Amino acid sequence: MKVEVQTTDRPGSDFMMDVLKSLDFEYVCSNPGSSFRALHESVINYGGNRSPEFITCCHEESATAMAHGYAKIEGKPLLVFAHGTVGLQHASMAIYNAYCDRVPVYVVLGNIMDATRRRSFVDWAHSVQDAAAMVREYIKWDDAPLSLPHFAESAVRAYKIAMTPPFMPVVIVADADTQESPIPDGTDLRIPKLTLTAPPQGDSGAVAEAARLLVAAESPVILAGRAARTPAGLKLLVELAETLQTAVIDLRQRMNFPSRHPLNQTMRGRAAITNADVILGLEVEDFYGAVHSIGQQIEYRTRPITRPGAKLMSITAGDLFLRSNYQDFQRFQEVDLAIAADAEATLPVLIEAVKRQLTDDRKRAFQDRGAKLAASHQEAQEKARADAAYAWDASPISTARLCAELWAQIKNEDWSFVSESAFVSGWPQRLWDFSKHYHHIGGQGGYGIGYGAPAAVGAALANRKHGRLTVNIQCDGDMMYAPGILWTAAHHRIPLLNIMHNNRGYHQEVMQVQIMANQHNRGVDRARIGTTIDDPPVDYAKLAQSMGMYGEGPVSDPKDLAAALRRGIEVVKRGEPAMIDVVTQPR
Amino acid sequence: MHKLILILFVGALLHAEDADNGKKLYTTVGCYECHGRVGQGGSAGPRLAPRPVPLQALVAYVRHPSGAMPPYTSKLVTDAQLVDIHAFLASIPPPAKDIPLLNQ
Ligand code: HEC
Repeated sequence: MKVEVQTTDRPGSDFMMDVLKSLDFEYVCSNPGSSFRALHESVINYGGNRSPEFITCCHEESATAMAHGYAKIEGKPLLVFAHGTVGLQHASMAIYNAYCDRVPVYVVLGNIMDATRRRSFVDWAHSVQDAAAMVREYIKWDDAPLSLPHFAESAVRAYKIAMTPPFMPVVIVADADTQESPIPDGTDLRIPKLTLTAPPQGDSGAVAEAARLLVAAESPVILAGRAARTPAGLKLLVELAETLQTAVIDLRQRMNFPSRHPLNQTMRGRAAITNADVILGLEVEDFYGAVHSIGQQIEYRTRPITRPGAKLMSITAGDLFLRSNYQDFQRFQEVDLAIAADAEATLPVLIEAVKRQLTDDRKRAFQDRGAKLAASHQEAQEKARADAAYAWDASPISTARLCAELWAQIKNEDWSFVSESAFVSGWPQRLWDFSKHYHHIGGQGGYGIGYGAPAAVGAALANRKHGRLTVNIQCDGDMMYAPGILWTAAHHRIPLLNIMHNNRGYHQEVMQVQIMANQHNRGVDRARIGTTIDDPPVDYAKLAQSMGMYGEGPVSDPKDLAAALRRGIEVVKRGEPAMIDVVTQPR
Repeated sequence: MHKLILILFVGALLHAEDADNGKKLYTTVGCYECHGRVGQGGSAGPRLAPRPVPLQALVAYVRHPSGAMPPYTSKLVTDAQLVDIHAFLASIPPPAKDIPLLNQ
C-alpha cells in the first residue's frame, strides 16, 4: 500500500523566510489570510517570530499605512503580507499614498496560481491571473516568481528597486503551492547578495551651473519638498543654506529644515517667492503650485507669482521615473535648469560647487542678506505667537491652544511628531522647535484619508526602540476609516500619544460643499449634510478603551487640557498607547 | 448700479445691529468653517475678529471676494444679516496679553 506523505519539515515558505530574513525586515504587518498561511506559519515558527515579527493588523490598508509611517522614521521598508485579491484590494489606497509619497513598502501577496491546486470555492475567489495588475500603475516593480530560486532573485531585486530613489512600493507574488509544498530536491537555494544602488547624483556641469546662479543671486530661495530622505539630508540642507545665507521654504513633506533656523522663511513663503530672483526646488512635487496663484472662483484663473525673469531650477528624482495614468506628477512647470537626480545625494557636490565659486564680495553680501532674513524670521515667529493668542479660551478648543499646551509638555522629551499639520493650521511648525529628522515625517502623499491613524502607529513602532515619545494629532474623519488600528497599537504595546483633533466632521469637505453652495447661489446653511460626524457624536475615549487602550475625553474646556495631556503622556511613557479626545475648532 | 449699492448700504445701516443673531448667522451660513468660531482665523481663512474691517469693507468683500473665499450674494445673506455678523465680530474681546505658554 502506498503511504501518503502528510508532513514536510522543509516547506518552500521556510526558504522564502530565509530570503526575507536576509533583507532584514524588523516586522511584517498583516491581516491573516489563507493564501499566505504557509508564510505566516514560517514567520512565527521557523523564523521564531523575530525579524520579522508578525504584527496583527485588522485591515490591509492599516498594515500598509503602518509600513508607510515606519519607513519614514526608520529609512527602510517593512513587510506587508496580503491576499493577492481581497487583501490587495484593501491595501491599494495605502499603496497609492506610499507611491505618491515616494516611500518604500514591500508587499508580498499570496495567490494560488495553479488552478488544479485550488481546494475550495474560496480559493477560486481568492485567486487571480495577474495579482499585481491592480496596483501596477502605482508601484515601482512587481514579479510573480515561478520557483524558489526565482523568488530569491526577485525578492532581492524588488528590495533594491524599492530603495533606489525615487523610493516606491514593490510587490512580490508568492505562489501558495510553492509556499506550502516541500522544497524540491536539488533546488538551488542560493540567496543573492543585496547591494543597494548608490542614489543618482546630479550631472557635474549642471550642478556647477546651479551653483553659479545661486552664488550670483541677490535673493535666492530654496524650496524643499521631500528633500531630506535621511538625517544627513537635513544637515546638508542647513549647510547649503548657511553657505549661501539663502531663504529656505519647507513644504513640510519631510523634516527638511529646522523650524527655528533664522533662514527658515516658511511662514512668509509667498513673500519670499515673490521677491526671489533664483528659486531652487529640491524634490518638489508641485512646483507649479508653489510659484503660481490659482484662483478658486468659478472661472479658472492662474498667474505666476514669481517676478519676471526669475530663474527656476529643480533637482528631483521624480524626473527619472514617471507613470502615465495617475496624475500625481502635477502641472508642468517650465524651469531654466532641470537636474534629474536625487536631491539629497546631489547636495554634497552642490555645496562644494557653491564654495568653489564664493568670493569675499559675495560673502559680505550674503552676510547682509542673512541678517535681513533672520529679522524676517523673528518677525514671523512673533506674529505666529501673537496669532495663537486669539480664541485662546474658546470652546471648542483652538488648534493653536492645543498645540501650545502640547508643546509645553513634550519640549523636554525626545519627541517625534508623526502627523500632517495642515489640518491644525500648521501650528506645530509655527510654535515648536523642530530640529531633528524624526521630528516630522510629512503627510499622506496621495492625500488618501485613513492614512493618519495607522501611519502614526507604524512610526511609533519604529520609534519604540529609540525610546522616543511619539505624538499624533489625529483627525476624527481619518480615525473612522479603520479604527481597528487602535487595537493593533494596544496589542503590540506600541507607545503612542494620540490626541484627537475632533472637529466632528470631514471638515475639508464641509468647506468644499460650502463653496459649491455659494457658487450655485443656494442653501449655504446646508453644507454640513453628508460632511459631519456629530449626530451622534463619536466617543473616541470609549472607542480606545474598547480596544484596551487608555482613553480620556472628550475635553472641550481648554482649562482641562493640560492635565489630560499629562495623564496621557504618563501612560505613553510606561510603554503603552493613549488616546485623548479633544473637541476642537475646525482648523 | 452705484446708487443701488448706496441704497442697500443705507438700508443695512438703518437696521439695528444684533450681535447675538450675528453669532448664530456666522455659524449657520458657514463663516466659522474657514475663519474659526470666534473669527480667530487659520489655514483656511484669515482672522476677522476682534476689530473687524469696517462694515462696508466686509459687505464688499463678502459679495465679491477675489481669492479663495466663495461669494455670498444678497439672496444668501442679506445686508441686514451682515450687519449682525459684523456686530458679532466687533463684540469679540481682544485676547489676553503675555500668555506664558506662547513664550516657549
Ligand atoms: C470656504 C471658506 C470661507 C468661508 C465659508 C468664508 N470665508 Fe471669508 N475669507 C476666506 C478666505 C480664504 C479669505 C482670504 C481672502 C481670499 O482668499 O478670498 C477670506 C476673507 C474674508 C474677509 C476679508 C478679510 C480682510 O481682512 O480683508 C472678510 C471680511 C470675510 N472673509 C468675511 C467672511 C464672512 C462674513 C463669511 C460668512 C458670511 C465668510 N467670510 C465665509 C474664506 C472663507
